[in-house]
Amino acid sequence: MDFSVLLTDLPTLVVVIIGVPAVLAAYIVGGEYLVRRLPDKARPSVRPWIWVAPALLLVAGFLVAPAIGTLAQSFEDKNGAFIGFQNFAAQLAGFPTGGAWIAIRNNLFWLIFYTLFVLAFGLLLAVLFDRVPYESVVKSLIFMPMAISSVALVVIWKFMYAYQPPGQPQTGTLNFILNTVFHQDPRTWIQDESPLLGLFPLNDMALIGAAVWGIVGFSLVILSAALKGIPGDLLEAARVDGAGEITIFRRVIFPLMMPTVVVVGTTLVIFALKAFDVVYAMTNGNYHTDVLANRMYQLLYNSHDFGGASAVAVILLLTVIPVLIFNLRQFRAVEARR
Amino acid sequence: MASVTYDHVVKRYTADLTVVKDFNVEIKDKEFMVLVGPSGCGKSTALRMLAGLEAISEGEIRIGDRVVNNVAAKDRDIAMVFQSYALYPHMSVYDNMAFPLQMQHMKKDDIDKRVKNASRILGLDNFLKRKPRALSGGQRQRVALGRAIVRSPKVFLLDEPLSNLDAKLRGQTRIELQKLHRDLQTTFIYVTHDQVEAMTMGDRIAIMNAGILQQVGTPGDIYDHPANLFVAGFIGSPTMNFVPATVDNGTAKASGLEVKLPKPVSAAKGTLGFRPEAVTDRVVEGGPTMKMKVDVVERLGSDQFLYGQVGADQVTARVDPRMSVQPGDTVQLGLDTRGLHFFDAETEKALI
Ligand SMILES: Nc1ncnc2c1ncn2[C@@H]1O[C@H](COP(=O)(O)OP(=O)(O)O)[C@@H](O)[C@H]1O
Ligand SMILES: [Mg+2]
Repeated sequence: MDFSVLLTDLPTLVVVIIGVPAVLAAYIVGGEYLVRRLPDKARPSVRPWIWVAPALLLVAGFLVAPAIGTLAQSFEDKNGAFIGFQNFAAQLAGFPTGGAWIAIRNNLFWLIFYTLFVLAFGLLLAVLFDRVPYESVVKSLIFMPMAISSVALVVIWKFMYAYQPPGQPQTGTLNFILNTVFHQDPRTWIQDESPLLGLFPLNDMALIGAAVWGIVGFSLVILSAALKGIPGDLLEAARVDGAGEITIFRRVIFPLMMPTVVVVGTTLVIFALKAFDVVYAMTNGNYHTDVLANRMYQLLYNSHDFGGASAVAVILLLTVIPVLIFNLRQFRAVEARR
Repeated sequence: MASVTYDHVVKRYTADLTVVKDFNVEIKDKEFMVLVGPSGCGKSTALRMLAGLEAISEGEIRIGDRVVNNVAAKDRDIAMVFQSYALYPHMSVYDNMAFPLQMQHMKKDDIDKRVKNASRILGLDNFLKRKPRALSGGQRQRVALGRAIVRSPKVFLLDEPLSNLDAKLRGQTRIELQKLHRDLQTTFIYVTHDQVEAMTMGDRIAIMNAGILQQVGTPGDIYDHPANLFVAGFIGSPTMNFVPATVDNGTAKASGLEVKLPKPVSAAKGTLGFRPEAVTDRVVEGGPTMKMKVDVVERLGSDQFLYGQVGADQVTARVDPRMSVQPGDTVQLGLDTRGLHFFDAETEKALI
């Protein structure tokens, strides 16, 4: 290997290692020095700003500015000319199958089923594992997929969903089970758009299923912690009061877990709205499985339609923000109750 | 309303961890029974076995004539007040009290009547809509009581219900609980580590130590005739004086005291026990006397306690408050032999 590049970049390295902390230290010392020279009364109101200013600058430079840039771009054409809402109009044209509508529909599916399944499985597993020996081992196993990258997750699930024509040996786990246990023809899980239960495209559900597997450990761990936080006394009191175990879950355990369920739920809603990696790696949005984030990516890097991509980004941002605010409020409420 | 019987009950967590050993008590219908003993002696465990919150390792517990070993907690018709109160934090005071009635599928009107009645008795009328979080400790305690009394259960269990209250409130609540017991006409089983609570509240007291039942009896009985050294030391404040003694020809000899025992005993060695009030400033001619070197004098208005040395032993005396004593004085004191106890050195059982 050629390490000379390291040598030529040495000055940069030195600047980064020594310079950055030095600048920070100088900033803190200098800021504090200036604050000390202020009149006594002004100090308490000025000092916090000195300390948060670097973070504010970073947020402004790397978050707010690009967001504003994206917003501006969503009103421009390829040449940077202002074209009003035309980009948005293009994305929202041709309901129900044109523009971004398929992606919007799929995001809605994700929002409902991904959130619901992850919450339901997480809650179920948390309650079931609560009284199991080796609980932590079992929970670690369920949590494991969280440590895999999404692409690896997709590779695993492509094996699960793999398809061979009927009559040939089925290498995919699901088709093998379908074939040997249920004696049915194999299905092309990630291409088959035929509706499941007459409502939801099978392949959308297959994608959501893979993503659920990847994240269910997250909700399990958090909900399990919430469950453990309920004092045993309360359950005993309910038992003495004449409640059966199911009633206790319904009337005591679940209501007490509700704030946490809401926080996990809204976090999952945000994840669902941002869904990208599983779709990108599994189908790249083909077979009508596209979602907004993937559409944005395709518009940007394949079609070089900056305006269109920005418009999709803005739509996404506008849907996420209310959920985000609700989530933060709820989280604070849970914390305050401790 | 029912009697409760513990019949050779054992609670074992592991092969060598037995926390309740061969427990036998019969609690009569409508009785106020106090289970008292030092922390960790197994009182709560004994109570929780009755409530159905802990499995019974051996023996039988009966409520009335019904053996409840294999009856689920929810079907035992028992109400319990927890030390932590265990109020449902997400329910209002009203709903907390209504919960056990809803579990019985009682009609809404009847529930309302009962909850309102309980809240009136307990002075909770103005707090029915509040969540437990917004209540003081004393109010929470009342809600916990309310949740128990709405049901008119067969048996009413209370596990150290006063220990989270301040001293003044504890005194008041003690009296109110006794009133409640009189009004409800229900069997109460009350667990506490505080011997004052036990003495003041119980129709009868059961004293436990290290998982073993020591003595059952009325407060007066236990105070005057403790069955063994542990009971004698646990009940009464200040505690009974204990001085090691040898017995020779019906006379017990301690380091600073000689007393003719009112009854012959078989043991040659043991512990002489007498309560502070048995030590008097009236020295009877020919009776037992002792010289006390006084270390501390405590005047409480109606009483005066002297703490000092008699021979090699520490002794506490309750004397007339008008007696003038200074720390460092040596005083001559008498002993009322009617309150004399003698405990075997080996078995620690009371021989007198
Ligand atoms: N689940 C348990 N496992 C093992 N030991 C226990 C358990 N619960 C209680 N103990 C032990 O049993 C003993 C009696 O406990 P407890 O009945 O709560 O005492 P008390 O109420 O008299 O203070 C204690 O020494 C306690 O450590
Ligand atoms: Mg206890």
